[in-house]
Order: sequence, then structure tokens, then C-alpha cells
Amino acid sequence: MAIIRKLQAVKTEQDHLLGIQDLSFSKVTSILDQAKTFITLNKSASKKTDILRGKTQINLFFEPSTRTQSSFELAGKRLGADVMSMNIVNSAIKKGETLIDTAMTLNAMHPDIIVIRHQDSGAPNLLSQKVNCSVINAGDGSREHPTQALLDALTIINRKGKVEGLKIAICGDILHSRVARSNIYLMNMLGAKINVVGPKTLLPHSIERLDVKAFTDMKKGLDNCDIVMMLRLQNERMHGSFLPSPREYYEYFGLTPDKLKMAKKNALIMHPGPMNRGVEIDTNLADDINRSVIREQVELGVAVRMACLKIFCKKT
Amino acid sequence: MKEKYLINARIIDPKNQMNEVGGLIIDSKGLIKAVGKKVANGNLPSSVDKIDLKKQILIPGIVDMRVFVGEPGYEYKENFRTLSNAALSGGVTSVVSMPNTSPVIDNVSMVDFLKRRGRDKSRINIFPSASLTKNTEGKQMTEFGLLKRKGIVAFTDGIKTIQNPQVMARIMNFASQSESLIMQHAEDNILSAGGLINEGEISTRLGLKGVPFLAEKIIVERDLSFLEEFFCRYHVSQISSEKTVSVVKKAKNDGKIFSTGVSINNLSLNENDIGDFRTFLKLSPPLRTEKDRKSLVQGINEDIIDVIVSDHKPEDEESKRLTFSQATTGATGIETLLPLALELFHNKSIKLDKLIAAMTSNPAKILSIDKGSLKKGNDADLCIFDINKPWIVDKDKLKSKSKNTPIENRKLHSQVLITFVKGEIAFGRI
Repeated sequence: MAIIRKLQAVKTEQDHLLGIQDLSFSKVTSILDQAKTFITLNKSASKKTDILRGKTQINLFFEPSTRTQSSFELAGKRLGADVMSMNIVNSAIKKGETLIDTAMTLNAMHPDIIVIRHQDSGAPNLLSQKVNCSVINAGDGSREHPTQALLDALTIINRKGKVEGLKIAICGDILHSRVARSNIYLMNMLGAKINVVGPKTLLPHSIERLDVKAFTDMKKGLDNCDIVMMLRLQNERMHGSFLPSPREYYEYFGLTPDKLKMAKKNALIMHPGPMNRGVEIDTNLADDINRSVIREQVELGVAVRMACLKIFCKKT
Repeated sequence: MKEKYLINARIIDPKNQMNEVGGLIIDSKGLIKAVGKKVANGNLPSSVDKIDLKKQILIPGIVDMRVFVGEPGYEYKENFRTLSNAALSGGVTSVVSMPNTSPVIDNVSMVDFLKRRGRDKSRINIFPSASLTKNTEGKQMTEFGLLKRKGIVAFTDGIKTIQNPQVMARIMNFASQSESLIMQHAEDNILSAGGLINEGEISTRLGLKGVPFLAEKIIVERDLSFLEEFFCRYHVSQISSEKTVSVVKKAKNDGKIFSTGVSINNLSLNENDIGDFRTFLKLSPPLRTEKDRKSLVQGINEDIIDVIVSDHKPEDEESKRLTFSQATTGATGIETLLPLALELFHNKSIKLDKLIAAMTSNPAKILSIDKGSLKKGNDADLCIFDINKPWIVDKDKLKSKSKNTPIENRKLHSQVLITFVKGEIAFGRI
């Protein structure tokens, strides 16, 4: 106890990226501007810089993740940081260690950044109260996934010039989606109009209070939209109490050419991945290079995460 | 014991409709000998020592119907000694202890143990409750008659609800025979599964699974339907939502006889207080909206809700220093029950007599115990408090063994000065 109190006492004010909700407009702008410069760097022959040389980044992933974890790993390495990814399956946490104890252990190794993904909403907040470095949220429960929203914004800006004034439809399992929540906060901040579309059982309580319009009819929800953002329908929700079957879901909420006609002609299709082809999205639409920017999202993800690491890294 | 003379107090005793400046005499056995305006300096022999209470308020000792002790099994969270100290500093002189211990209070031998420990280690009156079902499993009912004869005042599965309607119907049907009091924690487990806070805007924003108000309402409605067929002494431990208040109001207007309680937390706080995942505010039933809270206040004012409880549930640091979904539910509150309730008087939400009644005479009546009143011949269990004494809640100064108060650093405006149990000063703040 005494040790913990002491550590708390020396803890300095640190800037964390816990969610879009805590970010100011100017912070968002500076992240996106910074990310733009990294897009060019990532396409050049020599991709490595020494911006974070000597800094230590720990990736702490309590949930399995391929793209987000590798994206953060690559981002850290391209900035010259020493990156360590903790494999939770083999760690002491599986043996019953609490998040705070893990945090104290890691803190003793003097990292500059901890990137955390956790199945419990609010876990990054708890971690940030206990460590002496910057904490970046790589997805917590169904609360927030801020870097995903930021990379989505960058993708939109890259294609459409700006987010302001656009009409964006976010479709699917809104209830369990942290991507949806972060995007709602961010796109609202950047001046878009947002529709959320999904079956009533997958729309969260009081969702309209987050400044969105809710639709249970996909065609009405997509009407005149500039961006169609599809969410992954998690396998475990497809049967039982939320939905009758994947077939029924696809019929009413799957993105098909017919439903997409309701959106603007040049509307973009986005998806945070991994996709369930034939469940939430028609397979040809997913691969349509004129409409789908799904691969571009992955590419820009690295640039956005580089920007976040650079901006939020512990200043000494 | 020498006789004691308390004079110049403002006496509030809802049971006997007394609200006047006067005094109280405690006889040599620790019983109330006389009370009221006639007990004044001029009417007493000048030779005796008198305690001048300087117009501070004197009420019957608080009766708290919902308290978790920790003995046996969770002594590291709270034992009888620490509970007693905590209670006394809050003016609480009688508590109903919940049966959710390890092992569970579900048989006669456990009652003997509890009574002995309670008597040896604490100074307050412990009224133990026993579980409704063996090991609170919701299946096999306990021996209501035998347990009641041993001194059990109420039956409840505490933090658990009887889910199976057939079991509940039979419990109510059987309990009437021994006139046992049945107390239900109203929560449908399937509807509330995985739920952490009130279902609504805040749960959507925090990404935490919600507990819908329906989980509570549906159990209360079910049990009230049973009550029509199987009349018994029935009490809903705590209600938390506006919709349940409406159900209770309608049932009482229709002439149904039963009682309901509310936790001081649901009456004083709302879901916004959870803020940045504060686990000390993870409660069951959950804190709900401000609209729900106001309806509960209205419920007290209109006698829809009878009792205010602390729902004192001490939890050690290891159970709370976790992510919100991993943390245990519950908060301490026995020490701050009265001062926090008095905030509702200060902000003009509830009249003083109503507040006091909800923590003294009403619970005593429901429990059918000789407490909560200043009747001549009763034990002199008394609470004297200063209604205008501001102080700030400091968790390190609270006497409970666990520090999970939901109102740390909150400024309160009333404070308990002296607590008497059976005519003796058991706590004094000078």
C-alpha cells in the first residue's frame, strides 16, 4: 500500500489518449495534420525515423487483435521506438494478477507509452491513474476505440477533402461497438451529420442523446449519405437473443448494391475489419475499388497511430 | 446505573407524534422513564446531575434494516466490533444483519453463533435475518418457524432474489403460517445479466452493460400478484426506479398491505455520480437517473416508500481496485446514513418528521420490534445530533473496517453528537 501511495505521489500530469470524448478540437486537428505527413513517409523507400529513438512502447493486449496490434507495433518501430508486445496468454494476469498490479510492474520498467486493449470498458482510464507514462487506448470494451475513429476521419479527408457537412451512416451492431461510439463523437466534432442504422436489439439505449438519428430501415438510414460505415457483426451475436439468423440480418441490414443505391452516387464504403462477407456486406461491394476504401483505412491506420504515439509520448 | 436526566432537547418521536422542547429521564435499568416538555429543569430536583442538550435534536436510535456484517467468513471486510463503532458514530442503535455470510445464516446453530458474537463484540442491537432458502440458492426454503423462534426477525436472500416463481409462491404461502417477514431484493437475474449500471445514456456512453428498470419492476409485480393469493408479511428491500414507485403506489392505493424500502444511495445520488468509472458507486440496485431519484424522494413524501436503509456493504480495497466490470458491488453507509438523509431536509426535499420516521418508527413497525420510539419503558436507545454542523466526509476517519464510501469528500450539514444504547453513552463527539 505504502509503495502505491508513494508512486501516486510522484506521478506527474500526463497526457493520455483514452477516448475521443476527452479530446479537444485542436488536438484532433494536430493529430490529423501530423498523420498526413506520415502518409508520405510511409510510402517512401526509407520509412524509419528517429523521432521516438530511445523511447519504450509497451503494447498490452488483453484481447486478441491482428490489425490494431500490428499497426501499433509498426507505427512505433517506424518512429524508432523500442516496442515490446506483451503476450497476455502467457502472462501473470492469467494467473490472477489484477490490472493495477500489472500496471505497477510495467511502470517499474519505465516505459514512455503503454498501448492497451482490454475487454472491460474503462480499463485504460484505470491504468492511466496508476502509471507514470502516457496511456493510449487501443479499444476498451464497448466504450471507445479512438485511433480507429481518427484513421476513419483521415481516410474520409483523404478522399473527400473534409468531414464537415458530410452525411455519414454507421450501420450494424451499434450496441456492442466501440468503433461506432468513437466515430459518433469524432464525426460530430468535425461537423458531420450522423445516422445510425441497425435492428432495435442492437441499438443502445438513448443513442439519440449522442446527437445522431437512429434508423431501423437501412434504406432510409442510407438516404443521401456520403459515407457508409459498416460494422462487424460478431459471430456470437448472430444467433439467439439478438437476431434470428445471419440470413435475416443480411436481408435487412447487409450492405447490398440495391440498398447502396439510396446513398449518394460517389458514397464511400468503410469497414473497420475483419469483415464477414455475405453477412454484413456483399462480397463484390467490399472489393469494389471505386467505392470501398477498406484497404486504405488499414494503410492510413499506421500513419494515424504514428501521429498519436508522437503527440502523446511522455515528454521528459 | 444512576438515573440520567437529559434536558433542554428538541425531541422528535414520530411514533408518538412528539416534536417539542423537553427532556428525557433514563431509569436505573437503562429504560426510558419519562419524556417530553414536562421533563424540564424546574420540575427536577436540583441535587441531580443534568445533561443540558442545548436545544440539539433528540430522536430514537436509528433502526437500519439492511446491513452486511462480514461475520462469519468476511471478517476482513467488517466484524461486529467495527460495525458497532461505525453504527454508533452515525446514531444507529439497531441493525438487521443480512444473511450473506460464509457460511450463510440458514440454520438454527448459525443464529446462536451470531447472537453470541453480536452480544460479545458489539454494543448495538443486532437483529439477525436468515436466508429464505438454503445457502441462498433459491431452491429449498429454510425453517421459518424454528428460526423465528430463535430470534430471527426477517427472512431474505439479501443480495439475491428468489428467481423461481414457484419457489417464491410457496415461500409466501408457507411463511404466513409463522407470520414471518419476507424481504425481497427485487432483480430479475436474466434481465440484469452482466448489467453494471443503470441502462440509459450513461451506460451507452461508458460502454457498460445496463441493468434495465424492468428487472426490478417485473419482480415487484410478480410478488404483488402472489401476495393477492398468499398473503404474508412482505417487504421489498430497496426500490430504485420511477416505474417501480408507480407500481407500489398503485398497489397501496388498491389496498394491498406490504412495505418498501429505499437505499440512502438511491435517494441521494444518481448515475452521473459514477463519473470516470468510480467503482465505489457500483451498487445494486444501480444508481439511476435524476428523474428516478426525485420519484423516490416523492415516494417517501407520499408514504409509498416506508423505510430508508444504509445498505451498508463493506468491501475491501482488493474488491474495488479493479476495472468497473470486475469490481464488487456495494458501498459503506451506516455512519453517514442519518447525516446524508438530513441533506434531504436541508435542501427542502423531505420534512424532518418523515425522514426520522423512515429510519426509526417505520422499520421498527415492519420488523415488529420494540425499537424506534421513545415510549416509556423502552430501552433508552437514543441519538442526539446537531442539525447545523457542517463537516466533510473523510474516508480515513470513518470507523468501518472498509473504506468504500460513495460520498468521500462530500460536505454534509448535520452531525451525530451522542448515541445512547440501553441508557449508556455508547458514543460521544465533543
